[in-house]
Amino acid sequence: MARSILRPTGFDELGLRRALSDRMLPFLVAAMAFLAALALAGWTGAAGLSRHWQEGAGSALTVQVPSPKAASARDGAERLPAVIALLTGTPGVASARALADDELSDLLRPWLGAGAERVSIPLPAVVAVQLSGKVDPVDLGRRVAAVAPGSLVEDHGVWIGRLSALARSLQACAGLALILVVAVAATVIAVATRAGLSARREAIEIVHGLGATDGYIAGRFAARATLLAAIGGLGGAILAAPVLLALARLAEPFGGAPREVDTIAGLLEALPPTLWLALPGLPLTAAVIGFLTAQGTVRRWLRQLP
Amino acid sequence: MIRFDSVGLHYGPTPSGQVGAEVLRDVTFAVPAGEFRWLLGPSGAGKTSMLRLMYLAVRPTRGRLGLMGVPIHEARRRDLPALRRRIGVVFQDFRLLPHLTAFDNVALPLRLAGRPEGQLRADVTEMLRWVGLARRIEARPAELSGGEQQRVAIARAVITRPALLLADEPTGNLDDEQAQRLMQLFNEMNRLGTTVIVATHNDALVQRHPAPALVLSHGRLIEDR
Repeated sequence: MARSILRPTGFDELGLRRALSDRMLPFLVAAMAFLAALALAGWTGAAGLSRHWQEGAGSALTVQVPSPKAASARDGAERLPAVIALLTGTPGVASARALADDELSDLLRPWLGAGAERVSIPLPAVVAVQLSGKVDPVDLGRRVAAVAPGSLVEDHGVWIGRLSALARSLQACAGLALILVVAVAATVIAVATRAGLSARREAIEIVHGLGATDGYIAGRFAARATLLAAIGGLGGAILAAPVLLALARLAEPFGGAPREVDTIAGLLEALPPTLWLALPGLPLTAAVIGFLTAQGTVRRWLRQLP
Repeated sequence: MIRFDSVGLHYGPTPSGQVGAEVLRDVTFAVPAGEFRWLLGPSGAGKTSMLRLMYLAVRPTRGRLGLMGVPIHEARRRDLPALRRRIGVVFQDFRLLPHLTAFDNVALPLRLAGRPEGQLRADVTEMLRWVGLARRIEARPAELSGGEQQRVAIARAVITRPALLLADEPTGNLDDEQAQRLMQLFNEMNRLGTTVIVATHNDALVQRHPAPALVLSHGRLIEDR
């Protein structure tokens, strides 16, 4: 008796609890949310790598100066200090530093072995240049060659360009996968809603005949679909979180210093902020997709009624 | 209240693309507000189709239909729900929602109309008591007999005190005493201003309650007396 006195909160006049299963739809949406989390991680990871390469190798130049102790072509001083002076005086150059002999030996060890420094080959000096702005490497090479003829400027541009193109392609694939996942999720919800409409056709016709508006009936379906999609999205996000953390741990060597994930702060730093925002966003997004898809599907279906 | 002007109706198209035969042809009549009409005719004469037009389950395929001042043949679809909430219908097959209790079935029109829960309880309980179902308030349709289901359907049709009340064979599952009580209810509602149209085969009932009648045969109105 008491149950009827106050209208139950989830009063289900259309019988949607049976028509829209609380198992299959959340499971399918959870699978889509999990895939969406992976695609988002791919997107974020590719963007991060691209940025890392651009900011790292892309902002550095290497200048090889043969016969570094010979007299420069400009004022007779040694060629290496003259080139470094030219470089540090160039707008857009943050620093220019000649590599020490042991650093050069380390670089050559793979080819010449541990005794590289004892090999009597005239080695050029290598200047590592860090850029703070845009520098035209061709113009810089011309000016360096004027001071120390035979010098070479390497800007890694070709490799940076290729790696950036690869990163952009990966990002595009991740974006495409995300769009497909959203489309499949919307289709799954639409199919489930249509099945629910078929199963509850008689109840809908009765309620429609009693004066329910399209908005009322669509709202009932949308409320149910929103709840189930949000549950699925939450499940997918919870499943995806440890997988993303494991992937982030694998990717650590490519992205800088290793992080400690045993503490809360370390855990928060283990994934990019974008992903931490995206994970709770998954159930919300799933709920929005569920709401909009159910509303659209039901309203379109109701047009067949007078 | 109700105005039919050369109204025709056919169903279809069927899945095979065929348009069904015309079930109502050139039907013209008017029922002023607050009147009572029997709707008579043999099976297949078009009584149920005419009621379907009146409770807005279909629109005329031909002619002009006015209900409560609204031209149904040209009304916008979104204007119809408000009109439906002013019409009570007792269906021959009851059309109760099987997963809801008797209370919730009867309360449904009030809830759709936005009546607060606190206000509808007394009305619904009183209505169920009046139709003799005070003890079956929590029963679902499957737990009720045919006559009890019909009384729930009647209670649901009149709970909103509709401007137009339509009934299709409302006494078919009722005993004489219940049928008599139902006719008293219809007469009382009619006396209070509700327009009532009752389709029936029950000649004895019609003779006990003489009133003007619309008589249909083969989809045509042959008598408006």
